[in-house]
Amino acid sequence: MPSKRQPARGRAGLIFGDLWEFDPAPETADPRLKPRYDLFIGGKFVRPRSGKYFASINPANERKLADIALAGPADVDAAYAAAARAFGPWSALHGRERGKYLFRIARLLQDRAREFAVAETMDGGKPIRESRDFDVPMAAAHFFYHAGWADKLDYVAPGRTAGPLGVVGQVIPWNFPLLMLAWKLSPALAMGNCVVLKPAETTSITALKLAEILQDAGLPPGVVNIVTGAGGTGSAVMGHPGAAKVAFTGSTEVGKLIMRQLAGTGRRMTMELGGKAANVVFEDAPIDQAVEGIVNGIFFNQGHVCCAGSRLLVQESVYDEVIASLRRRLGTLRLGDPLDKNTDVGAINSAAQLAKIRELSDLGEAEGAERWSPPCDLPERGFWFPPTIFTGVAQAHRIAREEIFGPVLSVLTFRTPAEAVEKANNTPYGLSAGVWTEKGSLILWMASRLRAGVVWANTFNRFDPASPFGGYKESGYGREGGRHGLEAYLDV
Amino acid sequence: MVPTRPNAARARLLGEAGAVDQAGIEERVAKFATRSIKRASKVWGLRLAVSMTDLTTLEGKDTPGKIDSLCAKALRPHDHPGVPPVAAVCVYPAMVARARRRVGGTPVKVASVATAFPSGQTHLRTRLAEVRGAVADGADEIDMVINRGAFLSGEYARVQDEISAVSQARGAAALKVILEVSELETYDNIRMASLLAMRVLRAGDFIKTSTGKTPLNATLSNTQVMIEAIRDFHAETGVAIGMKPAGGIRTAKQALHFLVAVKETLGDAWLTGRRYRFGASSLLNDLLRQLERERTGAYQAPYSFSEASESY
Repeated sequence: MPSKRQPARGRAGLIFGDLWEFDPAPETADPRLKPRYDLFIGGKFVRPRSGKYFASINPANERKLADIALAGPADVDAAYAAAARAFGPWSALHGRERGKYLFRIARLLQDRAREFAVAETMDGGKPIRESRDFDVPMAAAHFFYHAGWADKLDYVAPGRTAGPLGVVGQVIPWNFPLLMLAWKLSPALAMGNCVVLKPAETTSITALKLAEILQDAGLPPGVVNIVTGAGGTGSAVMGHPGAAKVAFTGSTEVGKLIMRQLAGTGRRMTMELGGKAANVVFEDAPIDQAVEGIVNGIFFNQGHVCCAGSRLLVQESVYDEVIASLRRRLGTLRLGDPLDKNTDVGAINSAAQLAKIRELSDLGEAEGAERWSPPCDLPERGFWFPPTIFTGVAQAHRIAREEIFGPVLSVLTFRTPAEAVEKANNTPYGLSAGVWTEKGSLILWMASRLRAGVVWANTFNRFDPASPFGGYKESGYGREGGRHGLEAYLDV
Repeated sequence: MVPTRPNAARARLLGEAGAVDQAGIEERVAKFATRSIKRASKVWGLRLAVSMTDLTTLEGKDTPGKIDSLCAKALRPHDHPGVPPVAAVCVYPAMVARARRRVGGTPVKVASVATAFPSGQTHLRTRLAEVRGAVADGADEIDMVINRGAFLSGEYARVQDEISAVSQARGAAALKVILEVSELETYDNIRMASLLAMRVLRAGDFIKTSTGKTPLNATLSNTQVMIEAIRDFHAETGVAIGMKPAGGIRTAKQALHFLVAVKETLGDAWLTGRRYRFGASSLLNDLLRQLERERTGAYQAPYSFSEASESY
């Protein structure tokens, strides 16, 4: 009789071989890409004043997908001017009417869901299973949810008068390009603000495809303006004097730069930054489901998730069993062509990110942690990194402290709940955490002590538009989603 | 010394088995259903599923004639030579001798339900006599039901002793233990009952989800709980127990998703009719229909397959 308290002796290993190998099953919907994407300002696609373009490539094969306009300061000025012109009539519109536009955008996005999923996967490297089942439906859900709020401003802050702020500058990251756009745009628009948005330079395409939807939805010109480019453009968007408020999602490093830049201007900010989340597994947890949650926590979207469960804290009594189960599960993950419907782990978003993941992983090994990856063939072209587990990690190791933002899990152990809390909170970050136990009271005890914006119990990486999301400490401030998220876009 | 609580037996068994999280297991199996099986891998999977089928008729109106035609279908499911015979025919004890005459000496086995199937609500001596009778008539495999009443009232030792007694009575035949998961209801119970049964089984025996006589039968989730239990039991003891989901699997696509779960949970060694069976009747023709679709590029009408039960 197997006993949960003993590690599997492994005298009879299982074979996860190629007896039944799956044929390629690529998603074939046409992403309808244009060879060149211009800036979206004042409801029209316009060429950048600089005349400069940069290439957006597919990280899975390094092939060029399209040329993207590089916006300079003059283009950002034009975008803010267009937004300022649009703000008066847009904010004066009855909430009911604004809601109609948001509903229309959500429905148009649903109509073109497969096309957007393929474009997102080609541009960002994430598996089609995720863009199809998570990114695109969740983006539509955010537009739907906030459409419902548009005519209910009076209920956001009962007894007080609430109105829009004006023109909002937004910069979004490359890990969930379309979804982060929806998180940012939908509350801003619902509350009556106008927007200047800059997507990340490696993943601009779905934002510009969404601009086509905004045109189709008949959104008044200038309400949303999209300027593309790299850090220089982002800095111009964040620092522009026309912005009543800025919202940023990205690295803590860049977030600090923006805060420094804006200090003393009186402009409002919300920051959603990095994380180093602890996923805490207690000895009474359902192990198979906990392992599934660990895998979902760190290997979802190749670990390019700010709230990824990158630190696994396992109670010592079940350590061997958890690690054995985790390794076995990793052996069945399928890494490869992101467009294949059976792919679980896709490509790393960019060469720069791959270099960072490699550097930190090599450092982990040099510092004495034990590195393990399942045997898997990496494609020759493109940016790839195998799912990786580090065991024997100490709190002092850099791989336990710094955000790697890749498919790399650091495993630590603990003996008591108090020690778990102490270790989980021993980080400059505080975006999310996970707790795995059958005991309900322990979940509540942990949740009230973990310094993290989100605590998941017996699950991980679950999202809903109605649920606020945001961080503690260096993970940022301000909340996105739910009623709390609306307050960031309101003058109360 | 801690006083023994009335439910200590349950606490002990659950402690040994480990709990199952409902939301987690359902999330896991949802991923199996997103696997996209195409072309050669689809044909391979469909043929495998045919060779794993326990072609079943368990009706009050079964006649020798019905058994004859079922056996003919089992031996030669389709005209096309690439289609293998099924694993077994599954019938009531009274039909075992007849089935034996039709498929004896072929690779197709005769399986018989026994032990007062489907409720099991009769004396143990009667249930054991039924098992002996079926084996004497030539059954290669016995599908028994566990005592769910005893399980739900916490008499785990009794449940296990009864399985043991049936195991003695079945002689050389293989044993399939039906948990009737819809009556156990919770995933924790299903996992506990799986381990309880496997303790007293031999390598080559099976655990099985259901009788097919209740509204809820095999699902990806309850089958997943059972194959994870099989995996853990195998890791601990080295004894390989087989799995048989039964009832509710009607389409080829469903069957392929069940096999994906096997591939990713138990691995290649369970992708064989010796360790995995489908208890089904209408599934077979859908498998054949999909195989013909892959071979000819067009769907054939349901009536072009023998023993078609669908109206058209």
